[in-house]
Amino acid sequence: MSTTKKLVLVGNGMAGIRTIEHILKLAPHAYEITVFGAEPHPNYNRIMLSSVLAGGTSIEDIVINEWSWYEENGIQVYPGDPVVQINTERKEVVSQNGVRASYDELIMATGSQAFILPLPGANKKGVIGFRDIKDCETMMEASQKYRKAAVIGGGLLGLEAARGLLNLGMDVTVIHINGHLMDRNLDLPAGLMLQRELEEQGMKFLLNKHTEEITGKHRVKAIRFTDQTVLEADLVVMAVGIRPQVELARNTGLDVNRGVIIDDYMHTSIPGISAVGECAEHRGIAYGLVAPLYEQGMVLAKRLAGAATEGYAGSVTSTKLKVSSVDVFSAGQFKDAADTRSIRIQDDVDGVYKKMVIKDGQLIGAVLFGDTTDGASLFSLIKSGENIRGREKEILLGVPSGSSGSGPSVAERMASMTDDEIVCGCNGVTKASIGDAVLNKGCNTLGAIKSCTKASASCGGCKPIIENLLTYYAGDNVGEQTKEGICGCTSYDRDEIVAQIKEMGLKSVKEVMNVLGWNESEGCSKCRPSLNYYLGMIWPAEYRDERVSKFTNERYHANIQKDGTYSVIPRIYGGVTSPAELIKIATVAEKYDVPMVKFTGGQRLDLLGVQKENLPKIWEELDMPSGFGYGKALRTVKTCVGNTFCRFGTQDSIEMGIRLEKKLDKMVAPAKVKLAVSGCPRNCAEATIKDLGVVAIDGAWEIHVGGNAGVKVRTAELLCTVKTDAEVEEWTYAYLQYYRENAKWNERTAAWIERVGLDHVKEALADRDVRLALIERLEVTLGHTVDPWKEIIEDEKLRKNFTPLSGAEPVTH
Amino acid sequence: MNKFRIGHLADIDEKGARTFLIQDTEIAVFKLSDGSLHAVENRCPHKGGKLSEGMVCGTAVHCPLHDWKIDLRNGKVHEPDKGCLNTYKTEVDGKSGEIYITIAG
Repeated sequence: MSTTKKLVLVGNGMAGIRTIEHILKLAPHAYEITVFGAEPHPNYNRIMLSSVLAGGTSIEDIVINEWSWYEENGIQVYPGDPVVQINTERKEVVSQNGVRASYDELIMATGSQAFILPLPGANKKGVIGFRDIKDCETMMEASQKYRKAAVIGGGLLGLEAARGLLNLGMDVTVIHINGHLMDRNLDLPAGLMLQRELEEQGMKFLLNKHTEEITGKHRVKAIRFTDQTVLEADLVVMAVGIRPQVELARNTGLDVNRGVIIDDYMHTSIPGISAVGECAEHRGIAYGLVAPLYEQGMVLAKRLAGAATEGYAGSVTSTKLKVSSVDVFSAGQFKDAADTRSIRIQDDVDGVYKKMVIKDGQLIGAVLFGDTTDGASLFSLIKSGENIRGREKEILLGVPSGSSGSGPSVAERMASMTDDEIVCGCNGVTKASIGDAVLNKGCNTLGAIKSCTKASASCGGCKPIIENLLTYYAGDNVGEQTKEGICGCTSYDRDEIVAQIKEMGLKSVKEVMNVLGWNESEGCSKCRPSLNYYLGMIWPAEYRDERVSKFTNERYHANIQKDGTYSVIPRIYGGVTSPAELIKIATVAEKYDVPMVKFTGGQRLDLLGVQKENLPKIWEELDMPSGFGYGKALRTVKTCVGNTFCRFGTQDSIEMGIRLEKKLDKMVAPAKVKLAVSGCPRNCAEATIKDLGVVAIDGAWEIHVGGNAGVKVRTAELLCTVKTDAEVEEWTYAYLQYYRENAKWNERTAAWIERVGLDHVKEALADRDVRLALIERLEVTLGHTVDPWKEIIEDEKLRKNFTPLSGAEPVTH
Repeated sequence: MNKFRIGHLADIDEKGARTFLIQDTEIAVFKLSDGSLHAVENRCPHKGGKLSEGMVCGTAVHCPLHDWKIDLRNGKVHEPDKGCLNTYKTEVDGKSGEIYITIAG
């Protein structure tokens, strides 16, 4: 029996927890582990913060280790409670909340903090770094209230922050101290190309500017520069660099330079204390990138688990900018020096720039802009240090696959990588894990490796290496890399599937999957709902909606909430209700003890926190039609007051809104559809951020389409201006049916219009006969709909699924 | 070992589930398209989502909260996610169609 030693980890971030993960693999019961973290969150992927800011990724999505992981591994964790003192005599740490924990081994993994320039006014409200979830939240909140943002620092982090702020709808200026962007990673030509590209995306730049002061009363109002020019800003993000968090280490008496000084085995100057990650300094370098930190974590874990390790010898690092549609890669030493030679291609027409820096026949650095496909292969050449004399041009023009010319072939290069080399930095996947996936788990395509290991599932920069490793491990057994279908079950895309359904007269989800050779006999949660939609759209009269292929919300006709309760939203046409209706809603809400009654953004009432078994009873007593507030269907038609009461109203927007909503109230669609009608150009119903918005002008109506105010704000575009109410209806119904027939499932109108272009839609709807034919098809579809709430209330077979089975009876023997 | 009678085959739709409570644990019984029954704890190991509300595809269910995929035959979470949940033995009386479930007591 070995006695369990106590291990305390100071810092609940990527490097520290990575180390713990390896220790648990190598020596599962060697330590009793306690973790202290300053942030209230579990370990999350800091690299993905820019994706959170850019939209499309939620904070939940970037958590690496859920709280349950700590629990399952018996790790005692104190989130939001940093260690404030380490007593090396008694071998004990003390946290801010007074928790004491003794240790045999202690790991310092305190990471780093954003470096805030010591300027007058830097402590004002609205001045932040870009480092953690809290900063992301601050930026999102600021974008709701303010317009002007300034980012100080034109490096990688600053540009990712700036891109995120642009996506949040802010006006963004990046201030940089040097003459070109990303000067730590790029040379001048690449920096200028990057600037051009980002200016096209709407970013503004002030180069060669030194900030003197941040002004404002309590909150920042403006930035003044040393040349006395001024820039207005309500939010200032400092992204000028990071500083290792070493205060605790200093107070503990550890040797600290820029970071906590460590040797090749992560020992600090005091026995029993190791350091890893951004807070540590190894051979004079404090790294700020994930791959080296994971390598350090691996070495430390091996040492603490008593496994053999050759130690850590430092890392060559590479950088990739995570900004959509801008490809930038940089690795190693990219600047020219007296003893280096470089070779470059600059193509301003296609916006491509490639540069290799060579010293003594070895590749020591590279910069790629506009086409980064060779990044991974160049990076492995830099790391292997092999001689490339005579092959330089060939390599720059694209690394040949297989062995042509002298030097090692791709296979030899793959073979020379060590098993614990990290090939995917975002998700920390090693060469060995790829090998395991291919050799033992039957993965023979890139897609399979991606879903099995998460390699290349984040930024995709390592794709070429993963492909090479796949070939290396699988040899002739590499599967066909099929084009991406609508999901992993098929290689057919949306248009192919719809064409086949029509052509072959396929009439059910099962039939589509059988005939088109699905590789999962019952599909998955992505393809089943989409096939169900396409079939219903193509065969409105004969197809029976397949309940089991719908997402929960659309099966129970209410929104599932995080605790398994549901919400109920009845139809309130055009946002107009009556005292009697309000009394009815209130009575039901009281009777069933509904925890919350809330106005929605679409002028309706939402009854939240309803138990599933009460849903049918509530619907029955409300005796109102379903508001479809849970479905890929028409949600609301928001209206302003219009000329019914408003002194400015030029048209009856309420009447128009109600008319549209009554017509379309059971229309299902590829995604949710929101409408609005405004009675004058003041546009109080905010119709220009809806899927379809109608705005009255004097004597006419404008119809705007493809607006969105959700994840990505998009202003609707003018489809047409019409004179009569009847024409508003004609264009609205025709347009929506055209969208129903042509968009991908789960594609909002805004994304669809971005994809096909407004001109294409205008052209498609130009002919009145086409519009009338579309309306006719929509009428047929609507003619076959029933109110889902009513249907369930009246059908015991459906209704039973809302209640639990009544009382399990013990069987007596 | 305790055996309980929990209901009848006709109570559960194909590719559907019903729930019941035993000793403070909510259990979901699924009926797959081959007619077989599978009982699991009604709590996704990820964030406690109710699996009974999820979509049944083959021998797996997709959790309605974040789309984790769980094998109903053994309670194992599909790659790339990880985890496992309790499963319970079910039996059906061929004549009466009554469903019985066994809970380790």
